[in-house]
Amino acid sequence: MERLGAQLARQVRARFGRSLHIRQVDAGSCNGCELEITGLTGPHYDLERFGLHFVASPRHADCLLVTGPVTRNMAEALRHTYNATPDPKLVIAAGDCAGDGGIFAGSYAVVGGVSAIVPVDALIRGCPPSPARLLAGLLDALGRRR
Amino acid sequence: MALLHVIVVGAGAPLLVGSLRTLKARLTGRRGAPVWQPYLDLRKLFGKTPVVSVTTSWVFRATPYVLAATTVVAALAAPVLSSRPPLGFAGIILVMYLFLLGTFFLALAGLDAGSAFGGMGSSRAVAVAALAEPTVILAVFALSLQASTTNLGGVVERLAGDPQLALNPAHLLAFAAFFIVMLAEAGRLPVDNPATHLELTMIHEAMVLEYSGRYLALVEWTSAMKLLLFLTLLANLFFPWGVPHVRTPVAILLGTAALVGKLAVLTTALAVLETSIAKLRLFRVPELLAGSFALALLSVTAVFLLR
Amino acid sequence: MALAGYVLAILLGAGGAAVGGAGMLGHVWHVSWPWLVPLGGLALEMDRLGGLFVALVGATSVPVSIYAVGYAGRERRGVLAYLVFVAAMLLVPVAANTMTFAIAWELMSLASYLMVVQHRTRESAHAGWVYAVMTHAALACWLAGMLLVGAWTGSARFADWAAPMSALDAGARSLAWALLAAGFLVKAGAVPAHVWLPLAHPAAPSHVSALMSGVMLKLGVYGVVRASFTWLGPAPVWWGATLLLLGAVAAVSGVLYALADRDLKRLLAYSSVENVGIVLIGVGAALAFQASAAGPLALVALVAALYHVVNHAAFKSLLFMAAGGVVRATGTRDLEAMGGLVHRMPWTAAAFFLGAAAIAALPPLNGFVSEWLMFQALLQNVRLPMPALNLVFTVAIAALALTGGLAVACFVKAYGIAFLALPRTESAASAREMPGSMRLGMAVAALACVALAVGAAGVVATLAPIAETLVPDAASVSTRGGLTVDVSSGFATLSMPAVAIALVGAFLLPLLGLTLARARPSPRRYETWGCGRLLQTARMEYTATAFANPFTRVFDFVYRPVARLDIDAHPDSRFFVQRIAYDNAPRFVVDEWLYRPAGRALRALARRAAAIQSGSPNRYLAYVLAALLLLLVLT
Repeated sequence: MERLGAQLARQVRARFGRSLHIRQVDAGSCNGCELEITGLTGPHYDLERFGLHFVASPRHADCLLVTGPVTRNMAEALRHTYNATPDPKLVIAAGDCAGDGGIFAGSYAVVGGVSAIVPVDALIRGCPPSPARLLAGLLDALGRRR
Repeated sequence: MALLHVIVVGAGAPLLVGSLRTLKARLTGRRGAPVWQPYLDLRKLFGKTPVVSVTTSWVFRATPYVLAATTVVAALAAPVLSSRPPLGFAGIILVMYLFLLGTFFLALAGLDAGSAFGGMGSSRAVAVAALAEPTVILAVFALSLQASTTNLGGVVERLAGDPQLALNPAHLLAFAAFFIVMLAEAGRLPVDNPATHLELTMIHEAMVLEYSGRYLALVEWTSAMKLLLFLTLLANLFFPWGVPHVRTPVAILLGTAALVGKLAVLTTALAVLETSIAKLRLFRVPELLAGSFALALLSVTAVFLLR
Repeated sequence: MALAGYVLAILLGAGGAAVGGAGMLGHVWHVSWPWLVPLGGLALEMDRLGGLFVALVGATSVPVSIYAVGYAGRERRGVLAYLVFVAAMLLVPVAANTMTFAIAWELMSLASYLMVVQHRTRESAHAGWVYAVMTHAALACWLAGMLLVGAWTGSARFADWAAPMSALDAGARSLAWALLAAGFLVKAGAVPAHVWLPLAHPAAPSHVSALMSGVMLKLGVYGVVRASFTWLGPAPVWWGATLLLLGAVAAVSGVLYALADRDLKRLLAYSSVENVGIVLIGVGAALAFQASAAGPLALVALVAALYHVVNHAAFKSLLFMAAGGVVRATGTRDLEAMGGLVHRMPWTAAAFFLGAAAIAALPPLNGFVSEWLMFQALLQNVRLPMPALNLVFTVAIAALALTGGLAVACFVKAYGIAFLALPRTESAASAREMPGSMRLGMAVAALACVALAVGAAGVVATLAPIAETLVPDAASVSTRGGLTVDVSSGFATLSMPAVAIALVGAFLLPLLGLTLARARPSPRRYETWGCGRLLQTARMEYTATAFANPFTRVFDFVYRPVARLDIDAHPDSRFFVQRIAYDNAPRFVVDEWLYRPAGRALRALARRAAAIQSGSPNRYLAYVLAALLLLLVLT
């Protein structure tokens, strides 16, 4: 997974190291990544014990966890969600599709990767990335060891 | 003394909510966040720049501070650490109407943003609050009948003198009624799920969807303080043993310890309740509140019959 | 020209307030002109209770007349009626005999009728007709009662009635009380005689509605108080219990119908029904306590009722004035057509907000104090000996608590839908703020609300001696240090200034703390969160009907709503829906079960009786002969 710049990483650790509220955004994904993300909230992976928490409204969020190649129909919605999130914020793209379009790259319906719409701070690769990988990626982005 | 009240209630509230969440997590098989997680959340929220909707007015930005004001004044009026709280003249009617003032502002803030979620939350929240009012007043009536006063400190002092209180059926019925009201007013299951993400199932959360940054921090904090105050009222009004009648440091310390003990019992009971039952359909909630009203009415009747 | 009329009304009001104020403080006087009119002549007598109501009329007329200068100053129609209205209302509380009372009352009713029909629309004509019929039916009732008492005691002067009436048996006194109370309760707008209120108050111009709701209804209450406490001697318990139950029903049903209404002024009218119900709860409780020899408790209840009378005049007139401004600016009374007015009309919005918070009985405003006092009086009913009475009081306590909660919901709806979020129509989007005189009138009423709240101890200290003239021998409500109100020696205490200071302090505390810690970055402005939808329009906001939906469903046994759903589809295919119209209007139980059947029965009776008018002179001569024979036989 790609790392944040060192200074940004320090800031992120200071601010969000122990409390990160995540808003998951589905920008046209096939829902494979969502199924893996749902696994994070169960007893096995339990992301809450690290201070991570999923929230319903982007206003409550510090981090947008975006999945899916950004389809044309979801591009504007993703931009709205990004603007609705208060600063300082992170955008973490999850899955190969979120990186560069994945298996849907080049399709007429796809704009192409989350970074085409909003600035991305970190990317977790995989199709879909397993919950363990997602958790490791999230914690890495926060600068914490598991 | 006033400062101590505010500190205890203000600092203790996130701990209460954190321990409730951790307990619920453990009961459902997870590890859950540490009990001090709400403090970390609040600290983070105060550092964020809020986003405010362009359709809102002064009501939206004033509401978190009004909520803080009403909860702090209610904290000063409740017999938290002793039976002589700083606003010693207050009765439960003042405390209930202070909470209503907070609900009034929060409901308006929900309507202010102009989204359907906020309006829905406001509509449901005021409906639940309105239907819970008769039960509260009747439960107060039952208490004040036994204690010959509506002053909170007075109720604590006079009821503490009766060791057979815990066996009195009227008292227990009033406690049950007030417990259900606490669930309704503090937005706990089965009335409202504080952890839901589905807007159609939200009551309190729907009104705060637009808040962010320091505003959200204040709203969440005061919500936790409201839960703490309701549990404190349940603990100290209905089981007044352990509440000191004097304000010496030793007595206050003992009183705090007793309160912590009682709150621990209540929190555990609440956690077990919340993990065992599902949220009620919205239009079943009035039936639950009507049931609590019937309990309160029975309690009042029992007081009259047992005189 | 019209302007001068309203300025005169301001002076009249101020003068009335001064005279009434003097009367409240004990400067009693009486004056009479026996030769002026027949049947007893014109007689005026000022005592403490009368002084309170005269001061109330005068003090409320002042801000309303200031408001009227800007609201109606350009129209000639209605000025004279307004002046007559105010003058008549000033005379009613000081009328000392039947004739004077009847003259003042009729002038008041006629003047208000003229103003109700002022706008010359179908709606106002119907409203005026219902109002005229009910007010004159009421007149017949209480006039019959007064004439009966006059005949039994041999004098038409009110002051002469108490002693002889005490000697009469309970049946006669109760008959007199029933007639008097029924008549006055219609004027006060108690359920089931309230049906004229939601018709007349919205139809009248707003300054008139403010006075009708704020003051005229209270004169009905004044009549009930006089009849129950002063004129007929000691009251039996059931009078109080009846008033208590009537008040409880009125309070709950008034606020329920207000919740379901989408017409702003009709919502306020139903809210007046609710508040009159609350006052009647207090009066009934006082009567019941007094009849059970619990004088101190009666005093508490009566002080609570009088306080609520004063409070309601203050905040209801404020609300009607603000509503008038809104209706004038948007051209509609429909809540579903308003919205976003807080940005377009900030002063009116602030005035309405203060009125809404006050009427919802929220601390630290005045509505809270009177409701608190009322609760303290009712909660002590354990000292009564009769279990049946305890049950009635428990019902009243539950009803009062329910209306408190429902009133909060109602005014969240009224303020939230009308003023907040985005404008729902063009006219709301182009609303403009009201001229200065209207704002000044609202400001004066708003200041009165705040003063009545913070000065609670002072108000109680002023009202207690007045109530003591009606309920002698009690001293259960006292004030300490001019700041704290003490009920029944420690049963309950309240210090409004302390609450107000605590609230303001606790409000500023986090603000100051965050500012000092430099943790108050300016917020960023963005759109409302709508789950990523592309457009925010007013169509997405919550509507008044939707807001009231939980209540309409929970209380459907009261509303018995009729839902109407109209779906317009595209002419070519019924699957393409173009327009959906949904309406869920309540039906009015009192109308359907009481007035329509009564009206039908009356019409049937009239049709039968019309057979007498056969048109044949022979038959009429036969009637005359028969009547003559009957008279000769009987006498």
